[in-house]
Amino acid sequence: MAALIDIHPAKHRTRVRRATAESAWSRWLVISIAVGFMGLMFVLPLVVIFQEAFRKGWEGYVEAFDDRATMHAIWLTLQVAAITVPLNTIFGLAAAWCVSRFRFRGKRLLTSLIELPLWVSPVNAGLIYVLLFGAQGFFGPSLKEHGIKIIFALPGIVLSTIFVTFTFVARVLTPQMEAQGQAEEEAAMTLGANGFQMFWRVTIPKIKWGLLYGIILCNARSMGEFGAVSVVSGHIRNKTNTVPLHIEVLYNEYQFVPAFAVASVLTLLALATLILKTLTTTKRGAA
Amino acid sequence: MARTRHVLPGFRLSLGFTITYLSLIVLIPLSMLVWKASTGGWDGVLNTITHARVIASLKLSFTTAFTAALVNGFFGLLTAWALERYSFPGRRVLDAMVDLPFALPTAVAGIALVTLYAPNGWIGAWLAQYDIKAAYAPLGITIALVFVGFPFVVRTLQPVIADLSMELEEAAACLGANRWQTLTRVVFPALLPATLAGMTLAFGRAVGEYGSVVFISGNLPFKTEIAPLLITMRLEEYDYSGAATIGVVMLIASFLILFTADLLAQWNRKRTGH
Repeated sequence: MAALIDIHPAKHRTRVRRATAESAWSRWLVISIAVGFMGLMFVLPLVVIFQEAFRKGWEGYVEAFDDRATMHAIWLTLQVAAITVPLNTIFGLAAAWCVSRFRFRGKRLLTSLIELPLWVSPVNAGLIYVLLFGAQGFFGPSLKEHGIKIIFALPGIVLSTIFVTFTFVARVLTPQMEAQGQAEEEAAMTLGANGFQMFWRVTIPKIKWGLLYGIILCNARSMGEFGAVSVVSGHIRNKTNTVPLHIEVLYNEYQFVPAFAVASVLTLLALATLILKTLTTTKRGAA
Repeated sequence: MARTRHVLPGFRLSLGFTITYLSLIVLIPLSMLVWKASTGGWDGVLNTITHARVIASLKLSFTTAFTAALVNGFFGLLTAWALERYSFPGRRVLDAMVDLPFALPTAVAGIALVTLYAPNGWIGAWLAQYDIKAAYAPLGITIALVFVGFPFVVRTLQPVIADLSMELEEAAACLGANRWQTLTRVVFPALLPATLAGMTLAFGRAVGEYGSVVFISGNLPFKTEIAPLLITMRLEEYDYSGAATIGVVMLIASFLILFTADLLAQWNRKRTGH
């Protein structure tokens, strides 16, 4: 990528234009359309979130968090992420390992299936667990007999969140591991390392930045999932309302400052994720 | 099934775990959708999907997602080109921002967009002067879906633009083509498969989108009610098989969209030789 950018560095701007470059005028036009579009679509919504959150000043912002339901929603969301992220990380590592290191029949089908949850509507992601574990669901009657609650409770929220964030770690790691190749791992094995040593001493250091980004992305998505969770949670305040659901409740009750204040926390999390992605991809590029 | 011996360990363990986890979390639950939809029988399925409100919501979901994909195709191509080919101040920030819809929770995007485009919002008030209604109208849904789908087009195109061989463009220039001719006859045909693939992915993501749409759409039956919302309504009415039937329709749509994207990716590989 760097090589391509160097083809037209700003300092080389001479009067004679390269045959493979656009005129300065059309370059300027394309850049301003791109910047204008992203400013309108991406930057403006971010500005609105913080503007609304601080409409009543810093005190109003802090006050928004001084609320039992808000604190409960944050606590619940942290619990959900704490269960979801490790499970999907282990899965992501396993999936990336077998897809990037081995050739086997059905590999393409497997990679497509791993990608599938990304394309399933979040509402469907919630619905399927209601159909499995809900009162009228497949396992509904036997769960009721044993007094186990999955839908409208933490397990259902966790399951649907796992579904929605299923792909992320694997999706980040697989191309990276494929590109890096497996020579180092093979060397470690032939030099007598066992599988465990090879994994911790060779593979993990090789993929750490990608892994970190995958985990952070998975975390941001699990804390922010709305559609799937909204179907399985039942919206019980102080019980099954996660942060995004709580934002909806606040917004619908016209409590705009608290709604945007809580939203601003998730926004900061998203921005941190983007910054981390930029940093880790640079590190990877340098390595 | 695999080659008999590998140097690297963990094939059976990792594949076994992957397939088990995939089955438990994704495949078995998804098969429930088909099972529940079929409990109503063919009549039930037909009754649900020929219901005027269901048809209206599916039509709305697909047309708004399609329009959003077209918009994203245009702006995504320009943005990817600018990010890969030009250097300008803030290029890296812009590049990082492309992933915002990936990282930002949909509900947060939803309330931010409706605040912007509501009749008293910054953009909404300006549009209202021209009698354009964005929020609580199909236009607002399309805007939210443009937001959601944009990264797919840009991220699909970027590596393809980076891999585009300069020699072709140089050859075209040497043979006397001006820059515009080179772009329209050499560069854009090479980028077409990837652009369509990105648009297909954006479309696929947009069809099922829920969180960022429900706030801005207004949710009026027959007018601004998207299909995923109708699923939740059916669930609230305890019409499980109805909800599952609409769910299956959307699932089949996702499969078809993914299949199309895969075909386009193959076409892209053929055309660019990668």
